[in-house]
Amino acid sequence: MNRILATAAMEFRIALRNRWVAISIGLMAVFALVLSAAGSAPTGGLGIDRLSVTVASLTSLGVYLVPLVALLMSFDAIAGEVERGTLPLLLTYPGARVEILLGKLVAHLGVLALAVVAGYGLAAVAAFWVDPASASGLPSLLRLTWTSLLLGATFLGAGYALSSLARRPSGAAGLAIGLWLGAVVLYDLGLLAAVVSDDGGWFTTDLFPLALLANPADAFRLYNLAASEAAAAAAGVAGAAKAIPLWQSALSVIAWPLLSLTLAATAFRKVTP
Amino acid sequence: MTPTLKISQLTKTYAGFKALDAVSLTVEPGSRVALLGHNGAGKSTMMKIVLGLIPFDSGSVTVCGAAPGSAAARAQVAYLPENAAFHPALTGEEQIAYFLSLRGEDPKRARDLLDRVGLHAAARRRIGTYSKGMRQRVGLAQALIGKPRLLVLDEPTSGLDPVSRRDFYALLDGLASEGAAVLLSSHALTEVEARTDRIVILSQGHMVATGTLGDLRRTAALPVTMHVTARNGYASEIAEALPGAIRVGADLRLSCAQENKLGILARVADLGEKVADIEVVPPSLEDIYSHFSRRDGQ
Repeated sequence: MNRILATAAMEFRIALRNRWVAISIGLMAVFALVLSAAGSAPTGGLGIDRLSVTVASLTSLGVYLVPLVALLMSFDAIAGEVERGTLPLLLTYPGARVEILLGKLVAHLGVLALAVVAGYGLAAVAAFWVDPASASGLPSLLRLTWTSLLLGATFLGAGYALSSLARRPSGAAGLAIGLWLGAVVLYDLGLLAAVVSDDGGWFTTDLFPLALLANPADAFRLYNLAASEAAAAAAGVAGAAKAIPLWQSALSVIAWPLLSLTLAATAFRKVTP
Repeated sequence: MTPTLKISQLTKTYAGFKALDAVSLTVEPGSRVALLGHNGAGKSTMMKIVLGLIPFDSGSVTVCGAAPGSAAARAQVAYLPENAAFHPALTGEEQIAYFLSLRGEDPKRARDLLDRVGLHAAARRRIGTYSKGMRQRVGLAQALIGKPRLLVLDEPTSGLDPVSRRDFYALLDGLASEGAAVLLSSHALTEVEARTDRIVILSQGHMVATGTLGDLRRTAALPVTMHVTARNGYASEIAEALPGAIRVGADLRLSCAQENKLGILARVADLGEKVADIEVVPPSLEDIYSHFSRRDGQ
């Protein structure tokens, strides 16, 4: 445990000095504020409070930004150590490899938590300012925050796994961007195209919900939109949220970080310095 | 006494190339063993196997009574990599404090350790601003953490100036006298001569020689060179008395086997006043090293 905390403290210090903390907080804060400002049209027609609407927007923001920030922080984690030549020495120290990985995870998740809390917090303050009845949206905001961290952990783990497999930072960066594009952007486009061409057939009714649950980013979106009453305020793939039971998307959101960290640990164990 | 490190018949192959071929070696507590060889001779490979960083094909390795790389072994082994590298954003003190925590020691001792290797003034500067020699000292400082029973040092003195080099060997003497076993590698025999108990020469994965410097000298049996300087006009007379000598102006050079050395010196002494000076040059350390590392097909 002490070794994990020592690694976490050191990694956090490095993230602070490399400006990762500042960059992540700045990124989340700016986007959250822009979203709040852009979504300030009257919402009376929907009959829900302002914060719940903001949460629906923040869900769409988080689904892109949280994986991106997580991958940007994690792609260098192992490959960078290999390139700097610091890994062999580190691996001769007592402690299991998984402890090194967990230490890095704690630090990176901490940075992500700061960024998420700063961004979502600012958006919440803006919502309260416009609509004092926003308090009823607080549970959704809380849910969005912890699921964002689980989503972040999933992509941090994926980043560590890619970093271990690539063994060079440039290769790991390419793989990380590829994963982000594939899992967060193209996956939904592909599903949408398939649904359109399927025209209400077997794919749409049977495979489509499973395909959404199988992707951590989609599961995150489904869970947050279905759990809050805000699904009506969202559009697109998220409209499917109502068709899938809540426990299924919750299970996917919780299982993915464990799966990706197991993958990362397995990949890291195979690295020969 | 149970050896700290015991390697027997160790073989490691990289894609058909034998990096190590049936190498056996034992290092007792308190002894300093120097591993010599060219680049690619197998020194680093052997060290990485001892540390458990890379697997090996056959043979056996026991480190402090445990398997290499096992938790028990890692707790008792310190390593100094060739060209020690650290994260440039950390200060020397932070880096050492981290390594102390990993070994379960008090991170506040970082300053003491850096003082011991002469890095007091730079402890709070980022490692990114350090010179190669300073990084090497940070590497050395971390190797001193927690009374290791075996120190594996890969070219520890590269990048150090002669004075630091002497300080470094003094530190090693201290550790060895407390019972730590030391396995260090080097390119140069001159560097390790007086500071190690045993020398092992590797060449293309084979162990070509092992023993103290005296043993190596005897086994190599390289000829001794003599330079005889004649007084004016006596050069040809001396040349007749010393068959086999090569005349270079007023100087005569000859080389002879170790066992003939005294006989030749006696003959030179008989020449009396005709000889102005004589110099006896034993085979240099580099000669001995080349003798062994070349014997293996180079």
